[in-house]
Amino acid sequence: MINKVVTDASKAISDINDGAVIMLGGFGLCGIPENCITALMKKGVKNLTCISNNAGVDDFGLGLLLKRKQLKKMIASYVGENAEFERQLLSGELEVELIPQGTLATRCMAAGYGMPAIFTPAGIGTEVAQGKEVRNFNGKDYLMEMAFEADFALVKAWKGDTSGNLVYRATARNFNPLMAMAGKITIAEVEELVEPGELDPNMIHTPGVFVNTIFQGQNYEKRIEHVTVRSIN
Amino acid sequence: MSCMLDKNGIAKRIAAELKDGYYVNLGIGIPTLVANFIPAGINVVLQSENGLLGMGPFPYEGEEDPDLINAGKQTITTVPGSAFFDSAMSFGMIRSQKIDITVLGAMEVSENGDIANWKIPGKMVKGMGGAMDLVASAKNIIVAMQHVNKAGESKLLSKCTLPLTGVNCVKKIVTELGVFDVLPEGGFMLLERAPGVTVDEIRKATAGKLVIKGDVPEIQV
Repeated sequence: MINKVVTDASKAISDINDGAVIMLGGFGLCGIPENCITALMKKGVKNLTCISNNAGVDDFGLGLLLKRKQLKKMIASYVGENAEFERQLLSGELEVELIPQGTLATRCMAAGYGMPAIFTPAGIGTEVAQGKEVRNFNGKDYLMEMAFEADFALVKAWKGDTSGNLVYRATARNFNPLMAMAGKITIAEVEELVEPGELDPNMIHTPGVFVNTIFQGQNYEKRIEHVTVRSIN
Repeated sequence: MSCMLDKNGIAKRIAAELKDGYYVNLGIGIPTLVANFIPAGINVVLQSENGLLGMGPFPYEGEEDPDLINAGKQTITTVPGSAFFDSAMSFGMIRSQKIDITVLGAMEVSENGDIANWKIPGKMVKGMGGAMDLVASAKNIIVAMQHVNKAGESKLLSKCTLPLTGVNCVKKIVTELGVFDVLPEGGFMLLERAPGVTVDEIRKATAGKLVIKGDVPEIQV
């Protein structure tokens, strides 16, 4: 099998430079590529365009890059948990495109499946529809939304093998398999890196063909945004 | 004595709309509470649009799993028979109307079923999340909300003033004052009143067209 392993996050992201368009998997702080984000922060790359469902929180996830003004533009569906984001948006320092979550997912999917555009009813009759082509199919209006074009996709998986096959865990899957297929170059970080043959081929979520580079992640914090519990009684 | 519904009362009344075999998407806030009042003897499956069918209750302390959250980013559990999937598949089941009922909150609803719940220009910029996808496709949308906003202004309007989330989509509204159907020809038809709340009180709190037909019964919760 083809070996795609690099030693660590800084090697994995070494080709990402100023002005790159990057997709990052994760929903909230769940399933985000923590190691890659930290490496981008340390490298200090600037003017990034990031496509990710959320923008992290003030001191974790994409919030780390935001705080250091490394982002030029953010494309997301929900950014409610990040005060610094809201500040940079209202002051005009950060370009922001807010798009419906299903549209975000499906624009990733289209890119990964080699299709230029999709039609969705989400946003019809709202400001999201402004300037977009509307087509009527069977009596219902749909917006044409374009497939994303991203230079890099950074994804986080639970397990992966050295040839890039990936398995995600629970709701940490979210956007990761879609973005893994959508990036021109896909970099995967995993909690557990194994040899080919150790993962059951029936259970692979992302076949290795979509992954260019894989590495064993370190020191996962896996922060929880809202710890909610029930009482024993 | 007038007895407006509290948040749990609104959630309990909405739970009475659930039927055996329904797949259900519950939004953040009051809608989340609906899960606590699912009537005995019926089976429903809760969908969380971040990628789960078969959402269970919050975990016990110490059993939180950072990989297992709901669309409100709260720690949750799964029930036996649950399934995980990616975000495109999640909105696939929403767009293709496999989800039977969607419950969500709103800042404004208009008498033709438009909904605004994602943005206050210049003030609140949080984003729409999955709400625009849900309201554009769901076959049955129930709004759970307070009848008036913090400034005391009606949230049931002839026309929404805030940026829209979706048009012509809300079918039913439950507030602390009553239960309303949004009529296909336009208007909020009062179906039930909260215990002791008069039709006059509801009329005063409703800026949009209120439709009353005959005696309006009290909510049984």
